[in-house]
Order: sequence, then structure tokens, then C-alpha cells
Amino acid sequence: MTLTTFLSFNLPLVALLPFAGAIFAAWASKINRLASAWVAAFVTILALACLAPSMALPFAGETLIQSWDWMPSIGLEFAFRLDGLALLFALLILVIGLLVIIYARYYLSKKDSMGRFFSYLLMFMGSMLGIVLSENLIQMVVFWELTSLTSFLLISYWQHRQDARAGARMALVITGAGGLALLAGVLLLGYVVGSYNLTDVLAAGELIRSHDLYLPILMLILLGVFTKSAQFPFHFWLPHAMAAPTPVSAYLHSATMVKAGIFLLARFFPVLSGTPEWTWLVGGAGLITLLIGAYFALFQHDIKGLLAYSTISHLGLITLLFGFGTELAAVAAIFHIINHATFKASLFMVAGIIDHETGTRDMRRINGLFKYMPHTAVLAMIAAAAMAGVPLLNGFLSKEMFFDQALTASHTSIWAWGIPVLVVVGAVFSVAYSLRFIHDVFFNGEPVNLPKTPHEPPRFMKIPVDLLVVICFAVGILPMFTVAPILAVAVAGTLQSTPPEYSLAIWHGFNLPLLMSFVALLLGVLVYVMRKRLFEWHESSAAFWDARIIFNAVLGWVNTLANVVTRSFDKGSLQHASVWVITTGLLAGFIGFATVSAPLLGERPLLPVDAVSVLVVIVLVVSSVLTVLWHQKRLVALIMLGVVGLIVSLAFVKFSAPDLALTQLSVEVVTVVLLLLALYFLPQITPKESSDSRVSRDIVISVLSGVGVMLLTMAVLSRDFAPISEFFLLNSVPGGGGTNVVNVILVDFRGTDTLGEIAVLALAGLGIYAMLQGMKLPAPDHDNHGRLWNSDLHPEIMQTLTRLLLPLMIMIAIYIFLRGHNLPGGGFIAGLIAAVALIVQYLANGIAWTNDRLKFDMHWVIGLGLLIATATGLVAMSLGYPFLTTTFTYLNWPVVGKFEVASAIAFDLGVFLVVVGATVMSLVELGKLSDQSHKTSPILKPQKETL
Amino acid sequence: MEWLISFSIGVLTATGVYLTLRARTFPVVMGLTLLAYAVNIFLFSMGRLTIGLPAVIDKYAEEAVQYSDPLPQALVLTAIVIAFGMTAFLIVLALKARGELGNDHVDGVEDSPSSSVQQEAK
Repeated sequence: MTLTTFLSFNLPLVALLPFAGAIFAAWASKINRLASAWVAAFVTILALACLAPSMALPFAGETLIQSWDWMPSIGLEFAFRLDGLALLFALLILVIGLLVIIYARYYLSKKDSMGRFFSYLLMFMGSMLGIVLSENLIQMVVFWELTSLTSFLLISYWQHRQDARAGARMALVITGAGGLALLAGVLLLGYVVGSYNLTDVLAAGELIRSHDLYLPILMLILLGVFTKSAQFPFHFWLPHAMAAPTPVSAYLHSATMVKAGIFLLARFFPVLSGTPEWTWLVGGAGLITLLIGAYFALFQHDIKGLLAYSTISHLGLITLLFGFGTELAAVAAIFHIINHATFKASLFMVAGIIDHETGTRDMRRINGLFKYMPHTAVLAMIAAAAMAGVPLLNGFLSKEMFFDQALTASHTSIWAWGIPVLVVVGAVFSVAYSLRFIHDVFFNGEPVNLPKTPHEPPRFMKIPVDLLVVICFAVGILPMFTVAPILAVAVAGTLQSTPPEYSLAIWHGFNLPLLMSFVALLLGVLVYVMRKRLFEWHESSAAFWDARIIFNAVLGWVNTLANVVTRSFDKGSLQHASVWVITTGLLAGFIGFATVSAPLLGERPLLPVDAVSVLVVIVLVVSSVLTVLWHQKRLVALIMLGVVGLIVSLAFVKFSAPDLALTQLSVEVVTVVLLLLALYFLPQITPKESSDSRVSRDIVISVLSGVGVMLLTMAVLSRDFAPISEFFLLNSVPGGGGTNVVNVILVDFRGTDTLGEIAVLALAGLGIYAMLQGMKLPAPDHDNHGRLWNSDLHPEIMQTLTRLLLPLMIMIAIYIFLRGHNLPGGGFIAGLIAAVALIVQYLANGIAWTNDRLKFDMHWVIGLGLLIATATGLVAMSLGYPFLTTTFTYLNWPVVGKFEVASAIAFDLGVFLVVVGATVMSLVELGKLSDQSHKTSPILKPQKETL
Repeated sequence: MEWLISFSIGVLTATGVYLTLRARTFPVVMGLTLLAYAVNIFLFSMGRLTIGLPAVIDKYAEEAVQYSDPLPQALVLTAIVIAFGMTAFLIVLALKARGELGNDHVDGVEDSPSSSVQQEAK
């Protein structure tokens, strides 16, 4: 395979490999606990390897697009795209993912299921890759929703913990709701542009910005972005998601999940930015988030809580940069995305190490760890310094750019001077909480009664942190030789044009941004020194700020509302529900009749009435009314029901539907036998329990339904219509090779429908089998009037006669089956006749006797039938025709003469087998129930004397 | 003739609906069976009623022959079989409910809010 062919399908491979790997990771944990970690790491490396050959393209300024038709009729494609921005994110997802996998292998304890963890993690990785690599926007939203779902699984990984479940649910509600908004936004975007492909959307910036729908689109997409990236006012879910295992936080809440929203901002930057609405909404949310995140981070006592709020603050910073809307601001934003991912992932990992080695994350108890774990402490200090924006580290560089942009923005209007000031306030708190992370944890006295004595973690648990910290340093000192190339392509990918001039140097001379950095550092230290009084002030007002209370109140209110609505319709009673359904139908029908002014009857001439028909209808009416009147005596009612069924099949005979008549007749036999079998286990009579008022109400409802249906039928039958059946009548012989049009429709024209129907039948049969497994019911030994049941189960005359009948009936079934394509018959009818033939044997001879002689397992018969039917379709596909295309030919055999063979007969054979299997299995299993119940019922001894 | 058929469908519907509204499983299953007859004939009759013209092509016919509409027939044929599958599943479900819950009330509780006689007695 050449590289070019590989480059035509490697992107979907990258996104879908982790999903396939998830299955293997779950499976591997059965072999060995650690095997799933190996599988996960291997899959990640494999995905990187698949991505590698196409990496050169974005660097060469090209965009790689791979697409396949999905629903071409509405312009949907299964399409992937690799440009600079996608490449940067894909690399972040995969590389940090790999580090997290190595780290998690040491982090998880023996009690935790490795298979579940790594398969969730891989699914999440695949969903993230899907978002960043999608060219089609609908497809991207699908992956977006998948990240919400998989992150829900990851956050709630410790399912036994209430806080984990609550945190996961909150994250799912917020991000899931945002996902819906995003879908709506994307649909509008596609409507405006006329295409869901990113390439077209990115090229239509002017059109979108000047369109009337611009504001709704912007707001809906931003809802998706803000919820995912924890922007104010949706920021509160992120701290609660910290109940997740730390590797999950390191992955989801530093480099991936929360960056998905940021990714979307970058993706749509060239299309949506540059308007006042964009600046206000994006910039405003970013600035507020930056400030409240930094402020709250300082006051967290949980290490991960501190990191969570710090993440919120940094995400706000990136959002604010995009909000500025200039190209240079976008450069700074992309740069900070990279830097934040590296230092925040390493800090989360350090937090996990501390949690792992001390047994707590409470900073009031963890102090002075420096002497217990110096290596980890150094790593943490460097990463935290990068977070604070200390020179020589990567965080400093992007923060300088950020200050520079804030200063640029301050020139835009008179009041904008506030922006640099507020930004510095944010930076002050950022320095303060970074300092707290270092000072409180590693110095500041001795640890306070820790559950464990802290020590350095295993070597390999630190390696991922080592690597990330080295990156922080390398980027901070030598930006031109490390991050510059990937930053340049990522910026080009974001802006979809040549990047603007910018300088990555560490030293730009004495200027305002540098001054701001130093002011922030100094004030930050000052704030930290004065923290005691700040803490006191904060604690006194903390409850006021907890957004969770509002969230829970809203959620509780919605739940109550839903319950009230549900309860007012569903009172836990089926009868109640049925009355609702039927009266609603009646009402709808009434409105339909009332609002149309056309006369009830049409012009079509009616058929003449003959005496026999009148007689038959009278019998039908009498027997169905008797079914109702006698419904409390169940056996009698069942006999009446049988009469009704037989008359229905007579109706089919009369009105030119021989196939239906045959089907109805055989179904009727099977149904009555089945209901008789069941009746044995049910009470023989129905107690009278409906009050008179209820009975009269039900009579009114049913009579109204009957009259309504009658009038509707009459209205239709008295009008002419243009049937679409002309096609089937014309093509049945030339196209399907059969003269029985009904059968040709079933097995040929509408074969896929029939396949679905036999699948339903098979499912019903299997469902019945499953329900009856091991079921025991009290078997009555006498009937209602105290008469004992006849114990002569298999009368000899019946046995002899039915054995004689069997070959005859099977022959008829085969005959009906074979002629089905040309004369009334076919798989359904033949299957029912064969089923009746077998059931009669079971009835006459007993299950044990018949099963000894009938060696087919009905499961296999059903399975074989479905297989044959599907295989006929697949054969047609493999020959290049659509699924279930049939063919036929004429054979000329000696003696037999010329006859035609249609491939549809194989399909019909499948139908036949499924019908036989499902029918016989249902009845025989029900029959076995009687055996099972009798064996356990001691009262039922043979009662010969009753004969 | 159309009136007769419409009337029959109406009667089947009315009886079916009445039984479906009962409180015990067996009458409900019988009611659904009656409703299934009604629905099947209704669907079938949507192809209009024809007598003596089954949809079996006469290959040797000299002139154009009229046939009944085969499409509703094909639909109803599978509907009959599916209705049987549904009836079988439901009745076994009713048995299962009896086995698990000890009664054959549709709500699974003898003392159900819908058994109004008892409700009124309270």
C-alpha cells in the first residue's frame, strides 16, 4: 500500500482506532489487570503512527480532507479534515493521553477496575479526536456529544461515591444542554451557508456575519462553547467534576474536554469574530471567568479544587484573548492553549501523586512535603511557576503576549483602560494561588496527621510529569526552537490565512507588559502574605457564591414539574392510560370530521349486497358481541373469538384475497391453541370489578370508537382513488418472475420490510422463550365447577389419526410453499401450516414423545431462517446489486417441463423457517410450562378414578 | 356491501376497545385480538372491495384484466403474522405477571387504583 492510498483514509482511522481499542482494553483486563493499560498505550501509539504520515501536509500549508458519502441526498458527508489547528489538538490529545495512560497505570489501586477505566479513557480520546478532525459539522456535533457522555462515565468512575455521581451528573446536564444548543447553532449555520462542510463554512465568513441569523448562530454556538469550557456563568460544574480520579482530571480538565470549547472558538474564529457582538459576548465571558476563577482558586483547600478554579481562570484568559478578535490575540490564545495544557496536566499529576502518597488532598493538612518528596516538589514548583507566569517558563511568554493584547485593546475606547487593570488583578490572584500551591503543600511546617507517611512515588509515575516540566522549560527558554513551528501552523489553521508577524523572544526590552508582569508578581506575593485576613473575609461570604445551590434548586424544580405533569396523566393504572389514549384518538378523529366540509360519502358506486354476506355479518356481530358479554366466562369467550377469526378469513376469501384468507385461517388455529394453553394457568373467570358507572363510560367510549371507525371506513370506501399498485401488477411477472403479486411484493419488491417483520417475529419467539425459562405457576387440578381435569392426556384415537395426518399436512405445506410465487401461498402460509402440523403432534402425543422424534432445536430453525433470508440479500449485494435484489430464470427439465426458478424462493425459505420456528417454539414452551408446574405440584397425582 | 364491511369493522372496534379497557389480562388480550381483526380488515379495505379478482396475474389473458389491489394485501399478510406474535408475547407476559405477582390484574396489584369497585368501597 502506498503512502498516497494510506493518506486517503488515515484520519477516520485515527479517530476510530481508540473506540475499537476500548473494546480490547475492557477485554484485556480479564487476562491481567495491567494488560488494559498496555492495550490503551499501544492503541494511542498506533493512532499517533496513523497520524504521523499526514503531519507534513499542514506544515506545507495544505489541508487534508478525506470524505465519504453519508446521506448525499441532504448533502451530508462522513468527512475528516487535518489542518494546523486540528493537528495541534490531535497531538495534544494523543501525547498527553499517552502520558496520562502511563501515569494512571500507577495511580489506580488494586480495587479499581482497570478495564473499565482504560476503555472509557480510550472512548473519550476517540471522541475528542473526532471533534478536532471533523470536516463535517454535524459529525463534529456527534463526537461532541460523545465527549459529554464519555466524560460522564469517567467522572463517575468511582460509582460508589455520591459526590462522583453528583459531579458527573452536573457535568452531563450542563455540557449536554450546551451540546444541544451547539447542534441548533450548527444547523442554522449549515442553513445559512448551504453546506455542513467546514471548508465551505470557513469560506463564507462575510455572508454569515451579515446574515440576519448571525446573532442566534453566535449565541447558540457560544452556549456550547461556554458550557464545555466552563465559562461564566456555566463554570461551576468543573470544580465538582474533580471527584473524578486524578488522571481523568489531568486529561479532561487540562488538555482535552474543556479545551474542546476553546477549539471551537478557534475553529469559528475566522467566521464569527470581528463583530461587536463577538467582542462583547466572548470577551465579556472570558474576562469575568478569568477573574472569578483566579479569585476562587486562592480560597480552595482541596489541591484539585485550586487547580480546577485555576483552570477556569486560564480558560477565561484564552476566551478573552479570542474575544479581542485580533489576529495577534489569536496567536497568543493558541500559544497559551499549548502552555496551559503542559503545565496544568503536570500539576494535576502532581496533585494525584500527593493524594496517592499522603491519602488526602486537603492543603490544611498537607504541609512540608518537600523533605518527603523533593523530586516531586521540584517538579511541582516549576509547573506552578509556569502557571504564575514566572520568566524563563512557557507561561511567562504567553502571559506577556496576553498583557500586550490587553493593552492594545485598551486603545479601542475610553472606558477600555479598565481591561489591563482587571487583567492584572487576575494575574495577581494567579500568582497568589500558585504560591499557595507551592508554599502550603511543600513548606509551611509539618504535615497534620496524614493517613499515610508520604514518600516519593514509583519512578514511572513521575516520568510523565518530568517530560511535561521539561517541555515547560524548553518552551520557556528556547521558544524559537521548540514550539514555534507547530504554533505557526496552528495559527495558520485557525486564521485560515498567513499568520501575522509576531515575536516569540523572551526579552522585548523594558515595556508595559513586562511592568505588568512584575506588578502582578509583587502584588501576588503580597496577597499571599496577607491571606489570613482575606480567608476570614471570604469564608464569611462564601455560601453566597455557591452556584451549585442554584443549579440544584433549578434541577429540583424541573424534576418536580416533570413529576407533577406525569402524575396527573399516569396514575399507575393501565386502564386509566388506555382511556386517555383512546379518548385522545376519538377527539382527534372528531376534529378531523368536524373541520372538513366535504360530504361523508363519495361518488364511487357501491357493490350490491347479497343474502349470504348479510348472514355472515350477522354471525360476526353476534359472536363478537357475545365475546364481550361472556368475557367473564373466559373459555366461552375464547370460543366466540375463534368464530370471529374464522369469519374474518371468510371475508378475505370473498374480497379476492386468498393469501390473506389462508394466513388468517392458520393463524386463527394457532392463536386459539395458544390462548387455550395460557388460559389453563389463568383464572377461569374474570371477577366483576368495574362499577356500573365505569361500565357505562367504557360502553360509551367503545361505541363512539366503533361508530367513528365505521364512518371513516365508509368515507374512504365510497371514494375512488389512484392506487400505486399499478407498478407491482405490471412488474410482478417481468421483474419478479411470479404471478402471485402479493407474494412477489413480500419476497421481492418489499423484501427488506419482510426481513424486518420476520426479525420481529423471531424476537417475539425468543422473548417468549426467555420469559418462560424457569417459570412455575400453580397448575389447577380441577375446573371452575370443581370437576377434575381429564388425566387422559393423549387419547389413542387422536394419536393415531394425527400421526397419519402429519405427512399429509407437511406435504400440503411444501406444496403451498412451492407454488407461492405464482398462486396463493408462500413462506408465511406454508410456515403456519407446517407449524400447525407439528403442534398437532405435540398436542396429541405430548412434548416428550414428539421431541424425541423431532430432533430440531427451534432456536436453530429461527436462526437459520434469518441467516438464509439475510444471506440472499447479501449475495445480491456481493454481486453489485442493491440488498435483496432477486433474479429468476426458466429451467426446462425433462418430464417436469419448463418452469421458472426465482432466487426469491430462498428468501421465502428463510421466512418459512422463522415462522415455523417462532410459532412452534412459543407453543411448545408454553406447553412445557404445564409439565414443569405439574412436576412441582404435589397435589396433582394421577386421578385415574375420575375417568 | 361497503356498509356491511364498515359496520363489521365498527363492531369489531367497539368490542375490542371495550375489552381492552377491562382490568384483567385475559380480556385485554382478547380485546387486542379483536382490535387486530378490525385494523387488518380496515387496512385491507383501503384497497377498496373487489369480488372475484385475486391479484394473480393471468399470463395468457388476451385483454387487460382487472385485479384487486395487492399492496394492502401484502401489508395485511405480515400484519396478521405480527399480530399473532404480539398476542403470543402478551399472553406469556400476562402469565409471567401472574407468576411473579400472584394475580392477573393489568396493574399487577389486586388492590389497584383502577379497580373502582374497591375504590368506591373505601
